[in-house]
Amino acid sequence: MGQFGIGQPVRRKEDVRLLTGKGLYTDDVNFDGQVFGVFVRSPQAHANILSIDIEAALAAQGVVAVYTGADLVADGVGTLITDVEMEDLSGKKMFRTKRTFLATDRVRFVGEPLAIVLAETLGQAREAAELVMVDYEGLPAVGSTAFAASPDSPPIWEEHGSNVGVHWENRPVAEIDAHMAKAKTRVTVDIVNNRLVPNPMEPRCAVAKFDEESGVLTIYAPTQGGRRIQGGLAKTVLNLPPNKVRVISPDTGGGFGIRGKLYPELGVISWAARKSGRPVKWRGDRSETFVSDYHGRDQINHAEMGLDENGRVVALKVHTILNCGAYMAENGPRLPVSGGGRIIPGVYDIVNFYFSVKPVFSNTVPTDTYRGAGRPEANFLMERLMDAAAEATGLARDEVRRRNVIRPDQMPYRTQMGLLIDSGDFDGNMKMAMEGADWENFPKRRAQSEKNGKLRGIGIGNFVEAAGGRPTEEMRIRIAADGKATVFAGTHSHGQGHETVWAQLLNEFLGIPFDDVSLVQGDTATAPKNSAGTFGSRSSWMGGVGLQRSAKRIVEKGTKIAANLMQTEPEGVSFAGGVFTAGTSSVTLVEVAKAAHEPKNLPEGMEAGLDESYFLERDPEEFNFPNGCHVCEVEIDADLGHVQIVNYVAVDDCGFVLNPVIVHGQVYGGVAQGIGQALTENTVYDEDAQLVTGSFMDYGMPRAQHFSMIEALFNQVLCKTNDLGVKGAGEAGACGAPSAFVSSVMDALKPYGITHIDMPLTPDRVWRAIAEAKAATAA
Amino acid sequence: MQDFNYHAPASVADAAKLLAAHEDAKLLAGGMTLLPTLKQRLAAPSDLIDLSSVPNIKGICREGDEIVIGAMTPHADVAESALVRETIPGLAMLAGQIGDPAVRHRGTIGGSIANADPAADYPAGVLGHGATIVTNTRKIAADDFFLGLFETALEPGEIILGVRFPIPVWSHYQKLRHPASGYAVVGVLVAQTAGGVRVAVTGAGPNAFRASAMEEALTADFSAKSLDGLTIDAETLNNDMHASAAYRAHVVTVLAKRAVAAR
Repeated sequence: MGQFGIGQPVRRKEDVRLLTGKGLYTDDVNFDGQVFGVFVRSPQAHANILSIDIEAALAAQGVVAVYTGADLVADGVGTLITDVEMEDLSGKKMFRTKRTFLATDRVRFVGEPLAIVLAETLGQAREAAELVMVDYEGLPAVGSTAFAASPDSPPIWEEHGSNVGVHWENRPVAEIDAHMAKAKTRVTVDIVNNRLVPNPMEPRCAVAKFDEESGVLTIYAPTQGGRRIQGGLAKTVLNLPPNKVRVISPDTGGGFGIRGKLYPELGVISWAARKSGRPVKWRGDRSETFVSDYHGRDQINHAEMGLDENGRVVALKVHTILNCGAYMAENGPRLPVSGGGRIIPGVYDIVNFYFSVKPVFSNTVPTDTYRGAGRPEANFLMERLMDAAAEATGLARDEVRRRNVIRPDQMPYRTQMGLLIDSGDFDGNMKMAMEGADWENFPKRRAQSEKNGKLRGIGIGNFVEAAGGRPTEEMRIRIAADGKATVFAGTHSHGQGHETVWAQLLNEFLGIPFDDVSLVQGDTATAPKNSAGTFGSRSSWMGGVGLQRSAKRIVEKGTKIAANLMQTEPEGVSFAGGVFTAGTSSVTLVEVAKAAHEPKNLPEGMEAGLDESYFLERDPEEFNFPNGCHVCEVEIDADLGHVQIVNYVAVDDCGFVLNPVIVHGQVYGGVAQGIGQALTENTVYDEDAQLVTGSFMDYGMPRAQHFSMIEALFNQVLCKTNDLGVKGAGEAGACGAPSAFVSSVMDALKPYGITHIDMPLTPDRVWRAIAEAKAATAA
Repeated sequence: MQDFNYHAPASVADAAKLLAAHEDAKLLAGGMTLLPTLKQRLAAPSDLIDLSSVPNIKGICREGDEIVIGAMTPHADVAESALVRETIPGLAMLAGQIGDPAVRHRGTIGGSIANADPAADYPAGVLGHGATIVTNTRKIAADDFFLGLFETALEPGEIILGVRFPIPVWSHYQKLRHPASGYAVVGVLVAQTAGGVRVAVTGAGPNAFRASAMEEALTADFSAKSLDGLTIDAETLNNDMHASAAYRAHVVTVLAKRAVAAR
């Protein structure tokens, strides 16, 4: 189609505004008479709260109020939501933790909030927060995932008696052992999938006010769509009907899954605004990001895979321990199962699959969805197994994969966990990625590196994910009398570029000029009733198709109006490129829009206006399956253990690409976060469960210097289960990068016999592995 | 950040007076460490004495066989100075590797060495070139300046005015950057000076130090090979989650060899 239609590399219309400082973020919003709220957070990892003395804080200059957990409980505020149910094979249900919005009698991780101080200025609130005296009785703490899973760790939920929330299994393990016994070759891998602090650019922030007259509580906060938060706030915190709670998320500096949650701070700020009668603002800082934003990943995986004499996988067994943190977050415990576990066989045709998951508790920040949410972990595990299989069978790494990938002629393919993969060209992805990376000539490049005293390796990683998130979404298009359109989105763009892409869709389907489309999002007062939001790589499908169908309704109504204007029958009217045509006469959509707002022009009984929405509902068990293959090439300075990426090729099948510029951006960002996990990022708690990596001085975010150019290629296979043929794109990079990168490093280290190093592959770890391998050889 | 009184004295004498008058006063140079510390409420000085308005303690010039760098000179100025690049390229190279561009344009040489962060780059540069630290009361040889973790020979009330670097025959700096902070996990400066070979190490121990065994070996034979088998005792080095002491000990030797090989 045209220059601004779908599939076109249209530049992001939001960028000028955002890059020139004209964005409106939550911290830019202030209410008259607002006070500042500062949270008192636990410095202890695990302790009983014996008493909280707020007298000195209350007496401090400028202090308006000090509230503790007891005040919230007394006011009927409930507990945070965990939207998960799991049970073991005997039907015994998962232990559910209870978390109050402020800790009352016990703290269970460093940074857990237990009181809030409101004062006239931020400085005064901070001063006074230091005057809140808490008497703690320290308890033994659990800082590591492995310790949490061991029977020796002190249970941090005594009523449960164990730190293991449930032992979930997909089937009896004996069933798979029988298959495993028949395998000619068996390989095992043990992986620590490192805990990450997601770190969006914008730290959390909130400003809330309660209007006595209307009884409406309004809160501004960066979210991924306010509707879910609205419901929780209304029901659990404020005891108001949802329509009396308004959540507004203006420009939001990154979501990554963790901005979509009802955090305790949002509840407390809302409640405090009503309780105190003053608007309340909380400006979270980066230190609070580290100790209060939900963390990501943090699994320990043990897996065993059996192959036959042809290198075909005959059995797969996976044991996963997930560190949930001190409390189960909204989705936390579900991630290994419905996030990652369902796609663990990955792009491979593996029938005999056993899967066990133990969510465990520790005195750490709760974990929840972070870019990929279980799928990067699952793909990483699967790809490490494939590399191990190559090593054990003597087959090349690409060959063992090729022998096991699901072939296009097997589509649609029903996985062992019950999902139906509609489409994908997994072998083709590998071919394209390997050609793009000039895999064939790698030995020449390795020889050159060796001349320069460097090790060189190349690695490959396939991935597939299930995308789509919640099964409902609603989108609305309103066309004004002047023909200009407004999209009221249920989705929420916080970096994804929806202002641009939704305008492209309207340009494509309604012929409306790109610049005449504006986006309204992020306000529960104006969002469609069934708005869900943006997470789980869902917007292109749920929002895009919802918008396409809304546009279809605009055309249907417009056709009737056009027929009326042209004094003909609707059946004879066609629509294309913004023009309704019947025989030799035609009217434009702009003319129709004008007429739509003048009742005299309308057919009998038709409502005025041109305003249509579509509620899209899909089968909750139906997903789309973004997939791809990444190839990474590294050079290693063995003396320092320093790894440098020298080439990176990402092949992605995200179905039909609505805007290649934007999808490239998604790929680069996802790869950067995946490489961050694999190369620099690590969240470390010490034995006392104190967070040691609590700032950017110790927590290594990936930087430009860590990368080479990234070549992003598409192997588009249209999705068969939605009208646009789209698949998710946002999480793909993070799913493909860790395995391709680690594979490349292990390839480089092969001369030393090193087959695995846990992420992140920091210089210290790489050097140590080499030193130990050398020592072992010498001995 | 807690409230404090802000002063911007117009002379070193006024700055010294203010420093003497207020018990909990702190000097503010580039603020690259002090300001984050204040923001995190880890320090709460009563008074901040900003040196940015004090004349004659910023800039680079040559005096005889020495390059004199004013205490308030930002790292970027040193990195880009034609004079430093020509006379002490190893120092320009070091300054250009500190932090990131924002830090290099705000952070100063005086602030860096007064703070004496164990992982800062400048201590290796000052020690490795055998520089002299000039204060408002005396001159201190670099060898006598760095005493321990964040500990220097500076007395209360003493203000660094500048650093005098003897122009070396040759020098070179090698650094392994910390992946998160950009500080030196290990930094090694090797210099051939009129007084002999100097090898200064930062990042590895509680404070910058000279590797005397390496200096001796290089004096006898200035070649990378002469450092074979020479390692710093790991027992004396920092051990943290980013780098073990054993790794640091190994890296000191690797970087020293690379510096020498660059000759």
